[in-house]
Amino acid sequence: MSADASLILRKQPHERATSWWIAGAAIGMALWFAIYGLLVPISDWIVSLLPLERGSHLEEAINFFVYDTPKVLMLLTLVVFAMGVVRSFFSPERTRAILAGRREGLGNIAAAGLGIFTPFCSCSAVPLFVGFVSAGVPLGVTFSFLIAAPMVNEVALGLLFAMLGWKVALTYLGFGLGVAIVAGWVIGRLHLEGWLEEWVRNVRAGAVDLPADRMMIVDRIEAGIEAMRDIVGKVWVWIIAGIAAGAFIHGYVPSELLASIMGKGAWWSVPAAVVIGIPMYSNAAGIIPVVQALLGKGAALGTVLAFMMSVIALSLPEMIILRKVLSVKLIAVFVGVVGLGILGVGFLFNLIFT
Amino acid sequence: MKDVKVLGPGCKRCEATEAMVKSAASKLGIDIKVEKITDYAEIAKFGIASTPGIVIDGKVVHAGGLPKEDALEKWLQA
Repeated sequence: MSADASLILRKQPHERATSWWIAGAAIGMALWFAIYGLLVPISDWIVSLLPLERGSHLEEAINFFVYDTPKVLMLLTLVVFAMGVVRSFFSPERTRAILAGRREGLGNIAAAGLGIFTPFCSCSAVPLFVGFVSAGVPLGVTFSFLIAAPMVNEVALGLLFAMLGWKVALTYLGFGLGVAIVAGWVIGRLHLEGWLEEWVRNVRAGAVDLPADRMMIVDRIEAGIEAMRDIVGKVWVWIIAGIAAGAFIHGYVPSELLASIMGKGAWWSVPAAVVIGIPMYSNAAGIIPVVQALLGKGAALGTVLAFMMSVIALSLPEMIILRKVLSVKLIAVFVGVVGLGILGVGFLFNLIFT
Repeated sequence: MKDVKVLGPGCKRCEATEAMVKSAASKLGIDIKVEKITDYAEIAKFGIASTPGIVIDGKVVHAGGLPKEDALEKWLQA
């Protein structure tokens, strides 16, 4: 109950002027950049206070942890805030209206693209799925959305950009959308509507006419802050766990071992990464610090990204939720098609980035 | 007596929304009957694609995320 109460408390109406909010956002931004610029000296100073042997495994691991934790959390906070503001322009209902009755092909592309910007929460996956399908969004187009929304999100893109550079982030964006578009299109071509649970096929969405929300810039800044609190509050544990795992890899796992298992020479590591990734459940926030550490140790980019996509896009908890609307056969097709797509991405990446 | 339905499968936000509706109504002194709709098929019939949703006297006023308190009060008074 206490959590609910705190959720309500935050929503107290306030009558501060718009200029106040904009000034506040600007000051917050300036503070952010000032602190971010000081992260290296501060973390060096903290590590130098610890009684550690310079260059030892432990020192390297701790240094990685002390520097990366605040860095990643700060970058994430900024990206999530920005995306929260952008997302206030989108809603699942509006996206659905755009996609309803769309033909396959273009519809799949639009669905995957909108998947990046439309607010999406996995707890809402079933109402969203039913809401889309019952309103005349083709099944394959719905799948394109459902694959892209969790996989190509602001957390994943922001962190990839921050930790691995814009090239990797852009390629991930491109290939992530590619998998969502192609997999959704294939599922649409297979005409599997009959494999939906029966009640889903029978539901007809009622017409809904939501009151138009006239959002002011203040509301959008507020939406950004709300997203920040909500998402960062939820994923920080994952990030710290991910960075701790990354720090361990960074300090202790020998490069030769990792390169032999996950390096380019080992072609079988791509399918292995996809298979291992399915039962693992994490989100982008927890997995990217690990990805960064693995790459630093000579793992091949395609292999690591295939692993990451598999962990994020194919998760057991999500399948259990989707079982309410999809038959087991359809879930199997979904996993198969998406898994094959990710496999292709992994091989292609390893081929391109040599 | 206003008939309020909170649509949602039972996530934390849905419960928070229900609590907000009740506290707003008692603050305004409006007599309401709150019903929670958790069945997915029933939710879909209201035409929303994101939860929690709020329906007042048969009309959908909100879908997706927590409502704003001032907006909630306005809907209840309407």
